[in-house]
Amino acid sequence: MSKVRRFLGTLALWSLSLLLAGCSSALLDPKGEIGVEQRSLILTSFGLMLIVVVPVIVMTLLFAWRYRHRGRPASYQPDWAHNNWIEAVVWVVPCLIIAVLAALTWHTSHTLDPHKPLASAEETLEIQAVSMDWKWLFIYPQQGIATVNEVAFPVDVPVRFRVSSDSVMNAFFIPQLGSQIYAMAGMDNDVHLIANHPGRYAGRSTNYSGAGFSGMTFEALATSEQGFDDWVAKVRNAEQELDYPQGYAELAAPSQYHPVEYFSSVTPQLYEQLLHSFHGGAEHADSHGDSHDVESATATRTDAANHRVAHHHADQHHALRRQPARTEAGG
Amino acid sequence: MTTDTIKHSDAHAHAVTHGHHDTGSIKVFGFWVYLMSDLVIFGTLFATYAVLMRGTAGGPSGAEIFDLRLILAGTLLLLVSSFTYGMAVLSMTAERVTRLKAWLVVTFLLGAGFIAIEFYEFRHLIHAGFGPDRSAFLSAFFTLVGTHGLHVLFGLLWLVVVLVQLHTKGLNDMTRPRILCLSLFWHFLDVVWICVFSFVYLMGVV
Amino acid sequence: MLGKLSLEAIPYHEPIIMVVAVIMAIGAFALIAALTYYRKWGWLWSEWFTSVDHKKLGIMYFLVALVMLLRGFSDAIMMRLQLAMAAGGSMGYLPPEHYDQIFTAHGVIMIFFVAMPMVIGLMNLVVPLQIGARDVAYPFLNNLSFWLFAAGAILVNVSLVVGEFATTGWLAYAPLSGIEYSPGVGVDYWIWALQISGIGTTLTGINFFVTILKMRTPGMTLLRMPIFTWTSLCANVLIIASFPILTATIALLTLDRYLGMHFFTNDVGGNMMMYVNLIWAWGHPEVYILILPAFGVFSEVIATFARKRLFGYTTMVWATVAITLLSFIVWLHHFFTMGAGANVNAFFGIMTMIIAIPTGVKVFNWLFTMFRGRLEFTSPVLWTLGFIITFTLGGMTGVMLAVPGANFVLHNSLFVIAHFHNVIVGGVVFGMMAGMTYWFPKAFGFTLDETWGKRAFWCWLIGFYLAFMPLYVLSFFGAVRRMQSYANPEWQPWMLLALVGAVVIMLGIACTVIQLWVSIRDRRLNADLTGDPWNGRTLEWSIASPPPHYNFAHAPEVGGIDSFWTQKQRGIEALEERPYQDLHMPRNTVAGPVISLFAVVLGFALVWHIWWLAIAAAVGCLISFLARVFNDDIDYWVPAAEVARCERAHQRQREAGDQWQTNGSARGGFVSADLRG
Repeated sequence: MSKVRRFLGTLALWSLSLLLAGCSSALLDPKGEIGVEQRSLILTSFGLMLIVVVPVIVMTLLFAWRYRHRGRPASYQPDWAHNNWIEAVVWVVPCLIIAVLAALTWHTSHTLDPHKPLASAEETLEIQAVSMDWKWLFIYPQQGIATVNEVAFPVDVPVRFRVSSDSVMNAFFIPQLGSQIYAMAGMDNDVHLIANHPGRYAGRSTNYSGAGFSGMTFEALATSEQGFDDWVAKVRNAEQELDYPQGYAELAAPSQYHPVEYFSSVTPQLYEQLLHSFHGGAEHADSHGDSHDVESATATRTDAANHRVAHHHADQHHALRRQPARTEAGG
Repeated sequence: MTTDTIKHSDAHAHAVTHGHHDTGSIKVFGFWVYLMSDLVIFGTLFATYAVLMRGTAGGPSGAEIFDLRLILAGTLLLLVSSFTYGMAVLSMTAERVTRLKAWLVVTFLLGAGFIAIEFYEFRHLIHAGFGPDRSAFLSAFFTLVGTHGLHVLFGLLWLVVVLVQLHTKGLNDMTRPRILCLSLFWHFLDVVWICVFSFVYLMGVV
Repeated sequence: MLGKLSLEAIPYHEPIIMVVAVIMAIGAFALIAALTYYRKWGWLWSEWFTSVDHKKLGIMYFLVALVMLLRGFSDAIMMRLQLAMAAGGSMGYLPPEHYDQIFTAHGVIMIFFVAMPMVIGLMNLVVPLQIGARDVAYPFLNNLSFWLFAAGAILVNVSLVVGEFATTGWLAYAPLSGIEYSPGVGVDYWIWALQISGIGTTLTGINFFVTILKMRTPGMTLLRMPIFTWTSLCANVLIIASFPILTATIALLTLDRYLGMHFFTNDVGGNMMMYVNLIWAWGHPEVYILILPAFGVFSEVIATFARKRLFGYTTMVWATVAITLLSFIVWLHHFFTMGAGANVNAFFGIMTMIIAIPTGVKVFNWLFTMFRGRLEFTSPVLWTLGFIITFTLGGMTGVMLAVPGANFVLHNSLFVIAHFHNVIVGGVVFGMMAGMTYWFPKAFGFTLDETWGKRAFWCWLIGFYLAFMPLYVLSFFGAVRRMQSYANPEWQPWMLLALVGAVVIMLGIACTVIQLWVSIRDRRLNADLTGDPWNGRTLEWSIASPPPHYNFAHAPEVGGIDSFWTQKQRGIEALEERPYQDLHMPRNTVAGPVISLFAVVLGFALVWHIWWLAIAAAVGCLISFLARVFNDDIDYWVPAAEVARCERAHQRQREAGDQWQTNGSARGGFVSADLRG
């Protein structure tokens, strides 16, 4: 079984790399364990499907040519329309292939489940990723820092990305590391990834989210342990701080092709407060006593909404940009 | 299969008037199919309600705003109206047009009573600040119950049309299937209401 | 007074839109002028617009679909051109706001206003003829369905010039489509265009479901129905069961946008994941609504031109039924990355793969229909062969996407785009082109030009591979869908190749236009006098081309599958003069067009929040519907003498046609316009 899989995989890899020769392909050149497994999964399913696809294509061309009207006289049986053997084969062969694929699917759906923590000797690093219009905010709760459109983590350390959204739905994806996951407001989603090779990998939102979607890219830096510490130190030296809700609201205002930003410190529990700001109401008051936080968080969201509207009416943009302070006072 | 053949059938008197003879039964069957598609709409709204019923967002829950006695009165009106419509159909089968009209008028009044109660309930809720924009729960509640109400309203309009046509044309091949279709529609709304009553109101209060 | 509508709603500053608008205006003006000059308005109104004849409605569906294809394809070319330019820092020529409208409009138009009307148009034209019926079950509703669909199409086109279209993607995912993130009128146009045309589609579904179940000719049991009728039946079941979900979902989005409700909003308890679930609970069956009738077309075409019975008819039927049922339990595969648990993902992934089994069986059955046949390489056959190969590849990539583990990296990438074009172009478009060529002579009484038909095929086939194979490649580089520009210049050569492919497809469309023109010009040379130009197998070929408005003078009696073919094998008995009888037929109606006109006004008024106009239009809809309800004069009788005259004319024509066919060399020599009466 695994031998067959390997053979099919090799075959598929060979044909695909022929196709992609000369280009650097993200999905076929993964840099982390998850991505590697996914590459082999794609190639295996491709190979399995070829068992049906290739004969179908060959038979189509062969039958069409052999039984063409003015060809050399082939046997002609206008009333032949049923054969138990053929029927059995055309049902059984696809069933078998799908059975194999189904087993593979069941297995890999569990091993590659994005919510599943990765087994590793290293302790998992948690990074919170928040999609905004139209940029990515990364919060490091353990380090107390935050960045925009750049994320770094050491190689061979499993990373748990907790993913949420400040506005519409996006999807968090670093192609060379594997699995993407949707970012949704008020939802605490997560994906576990790991990089096994140092490098700079392109990341982006893959789920269309409006006008600035194309520029919603970020860079993922997989560094050595030392490199990561240096990077954290660099961020800690940044002048800006990110406080919630006010500074956050300014950052959340819509912007396109947002430059990389560093924040040397960040309001504790920012990510959790953001999540709760969407639930605004009873169920949430039970779980979190501090209702003041909730209200201010909700007010912040209104500001962000105002900004969004402003974006659609460029002439009013500046007028509205000054509004947060006022609303803040009211809220 | 070698006996396959097309014979232009001359014996089929029925085939000649194809599409005429059994128009009535085709209409009623088609209406059944329509009701099934309508059921999908209600199914979708029920599912939506089930998902959102906890999304009260600080607003009231069902238990706090449902007035079961009022709803029970409405429910009784609607149930009885189904019965009176059944009587109307029996009168139709017996070719008693006056009695048919009378039962239809009674049905109309009961249906109108139901709508009045619903209207009162909605108005009351909105005035109390619990309108459909207050929370997702209330959005789903107003939409599910309101969609049923709109159907009943449409049924009332249809009743008027049928009464007018009975008056001007009497019972004939055109009005008969319409009365039957409306009967299906009316009972269908009753069934949907029973689901609304038990799923939304009873379970909401419990 | 005019709600949100003002002169600013017209995008003067967008030169592209203005040029298109001017071209559209000139075209419309030329058409109106020509109709007026030739005094054709009365004819158009009384013979076509108000017609309840399923054949004419089918033709009108197809015509509108072809016009909308031009619009949807212009969008495609603009997108490909933009992506070919906007690499490595360049922003191309379309700003995001405009580009986003274009890909949204492309998807909406191609699915709702091209593919759907083609499928429904073909069903209209063919199904009643295949089951030996005189008309559909509800002829007036059929006319109304068409006009409601047309109303939706009009609203989409109005959005081009007045205001804007949605910038949300074709399924308008919430919360992006909510009022908070899309405050403009674009989503409202989307809502009302789909809502109005969707109601028409639901009515069509009910109509044809009842027609097929209740109006089959004597002897035609379910398992003797032609396969196209079977696939249409299943498609209509899907319409009845899934379109109400779309109606409800759009209605909920409407309530969110218009009345400030919270079904799909981020906060106050709303749940946007529910939107995604609901829209795909409709959306997945929708793709089978499109593809199943296309499967039916291929089955008819391959059996006819291989001169052989369809292999495994019963298997075909059961495979179709299985696909119909399975299509309702796979919707979650459109969003594995939402983060449902592994068990849920695996279940939906496996269900999706199971659909590949009946589909694969169908493919093998087509292959074994060719086996030991005598296949003629007519253009419908070329479309079919192209379909089998292309669709099989699309099926393969579909199965790959259905594996959740692989989907996590392929989702939202160009792989998805390439995959569904692979199955929709390779399946639905090729199927509709084959169907159009195959049944065109039945509708119009002359065949389409083969040379241009084959050119169209080769352009489409080659163009398709050039346009979409690069997208598969790009997806492996990490290119995602709906990008307006991209940073990596390495992608550009592939994007250029895709543009070349799109241009080749454009040539294919041009070939079809030329084909229509050439065929109409040479219609007398290509006349189909016998009513059976392909030596067909099913009932529609047993009557004249074009058929008389009452279709069948006598309800044919059927004894098996392919009954017309069997009858021909035994030799057509001389038609004995049997007494004709008066036929009962539905009368044309103005109600359909009038109600739909009010629906257009209603939709427009709601888009722009012009409340008084909306109320007036709604009242107009209601009153015109009531007027129809109170109208008794909805049918008439065709006198037996008239039927006899038509049937004898066809008989003479058929004999002349036989004679004409025997002097095959005298092509063009024997033409008589009178014969086609």
